[in-house]
Amino acid sequence: MARTFSIRRQRGFTTIAMICFFALYLPIAVLVFYAFNSGESLAAFEGFSLRWFAKAFENQQVIDASLRSLQIAAVAATIATIAATMAALATTRTDAYRGLTLKYAFINQPLMIPEIVTAVALLIFFARIKIWTGYSGLGYLIAAHTAFCIPFAYLPIRARLENMDLTLEKAAADLYATPWKAFRYVTLPLLWPGVLAGFMLAFVISLDDVVITEFVKSAGQDTLPTYMLGQIRRTITPEMNAISALFLFLSICVVTVFFVVNRKRV
Amino acid sequence: MAELNAVEIRHVSKIFGFGEFAFAAVDNTSVSIRQNEFFTLLGPSGCGKTTLLRLIAGFEYPTSGEIMLNGENIAAMPPFKRPINTVFQSYALFPHMTVAENIGFGLTMLGKPKQEVKDRVDAMLKLVRMEALAGRRTSQISGGQQQRVALARALAPQPKVLLLDEPLSALDYKLRKDMQIELKRLQAETGITFIFVTHDQEEALTMSDRIAVMSSGKILQVGNPREIYDAPADRFVADFIGETNFLKGRISSVTDGIADVDTPVAGRISATVPRDFHAEGEVTVVLRPEHATLCQPDRADASQMTGTLENVVYFGTDTHYHVRLSDGETLFTLREQNKPLQSARFAQGDRVGIALEANAARVLRN
Repeated sequence: MARTFSIRRQRGFTTIAMICFFALYLPIAVLVFYAFNSGESLAAFEGFSLRWFAKAFENQQVIDASLRSLQIAAVAATIATIAATMAALATTRTDAYRGLTLKYAFINQPLMIPEIVTAVALLIFFARIKIWTGYSGLGYLIAAHTAFCIPFAYLPIRARLENMDLTLEKAAADLYATPWKAFRYVTLPLLWPGVLAGFMLAFVISLDDVVITEFVKSAGQDTLPTYMLGQIRRTITPEMNAISALFLFLSICVVTVFFVVNRKRV
Repeated sequence: MAELNAVEIRHVSKIFGFGEFAFAAVDNTSVSIRQNEFFTLLGPSGCGKTTLLRLIAGFEYPTSGEIMLNGENIAAMPPFKRPINTVFQSYALFPHMTVAENIGFGLTMLGKPKQEVKDRVDAMLKLVRMEALAGRRTSQISGGQQQRVALARALAPQPKVLLLDEPLSALDYKLRKDMQIELKRLQAETGITFIFVTHDQEEALTMSDRIAVMSSGKILQVGNPREIYDAPADRFVADFIGETNFLKGRISSVTDGIADVDTPVAGRISATVPRDFHAEGEVTVVLRPEHATLCQPDRADASQMTGTLENVVYFGTDTHYHVRLSDGETLFTLREQNKPLQSARFAQGDRVGIALEANAARVLRN
């Protein structure tokens, strides 16, 4: 039998892999573990209890911040996905031309620009607009989140489009489908898993954002991550662990739902 | 007035690229395709046959010229408005739909009532013998079945013309033979004009009412299979359709369409001259491999050429012989049908004679 190179057969591979997994998941496991501590300490486990979860659920600030996070993520991810779908269609359903690569770069630039730079820029920019318009609602956060979510939504959608057989759209046109109908009945259903993946990714990225949110938010606009950051600056109790554990659970749910839905559709 | 042609291509050119990179995929081509005809565009890859098909379908627009469908110029009409359907080389079945949904797609897009779509889909499923698989996904059926679905899908809206872009090239030999018969049957049953694109000359000869042979964006000859095979218009057609032997010679006299041609390798040969062709001087004579037989080299009454048997290739139904003629250059190909229990009459290296059948030779234009 031909022996091809297999990384798994190299000496030390298993050890390195185990170390990587431990480094990744051990801290998270510890964090979740102490969420169930009955005591106040993050270092000494005094017994099993759900009191910190109960406390988190009673904390109005946590509930408000969570709802705000979900609201911003839902709206921003939706707008970002629509924009990303249009951008992906425009950049793949065309012959290559000079400047196309530059457009890819422009669309994906938010991935490359240091987040703190964007955050500072938005802080100054929005401050002006706030003075001019007098509006200081969630719109700024939604706009900012939408902007940095677009490349995350764009990448899976474009990948899906690039793998799609263009003849299918020709076949639809051949069978009397107008361009809109061809998109509605052929392109979109086939693109759907990519759109869904893009949406989920954008949703999770928005949910998770700290830096830009911290800079852009007005008073009383804490999202869950910025609220947690604010709390940790004061006192750390296992309530933080409980909130983190719930947050983690939510993220896992989103990813699982996406995975299941996506697998059924392929 | 004669019946309107189904499709008329009038001086159509399709030029890709600009300036010095401009390339005419279809070069000032005109051809008429009759009603209810099985018409084949035949040529090697890159000859422009697929581009011409795409121009008729509407996936490309001509740089110049007119494309008439039943007397109406459709050259600028988008594909979804043309009553023409296509069977794609890759079938292009919609993977997210069932077999029945695929077949009904065109009718649904035309806004036909649900019941009519359903009845028509059932009829099409029956026509291509796929009733049992109506609810399957297209990924769950075989290549041959996908081919049938693609056909049914294209035929369901009852187009004026059906375009077929090398639809059989992905099938294995046996299935391809079956589908050739199936296609002929479907064409006869539906009465729809078929325009079929292929590079396979055998497929073209067996299936078509008429064939257009293309090369470098131009149509070189249009005719029924017999005309194309027996009376090729030029060297390209003669060479592309079947195997052919070319002999150079000089005409000594012409009487009643039969020329006496003196050839260096075969002496004087009687060759048919194409009508309206004034043949004189140096000409090329074509000879089909099956119109010659091997004989003993010393049989003066039959043998016209002698040479050395260089190669014997057994094909099952027949055997091909390659003979190096006495000039030491020309390689002459013969084909003899195999008879039961017959052993090879000649072996490699033998001196052989070649006897030509009457009217076997033909003078080529140019």
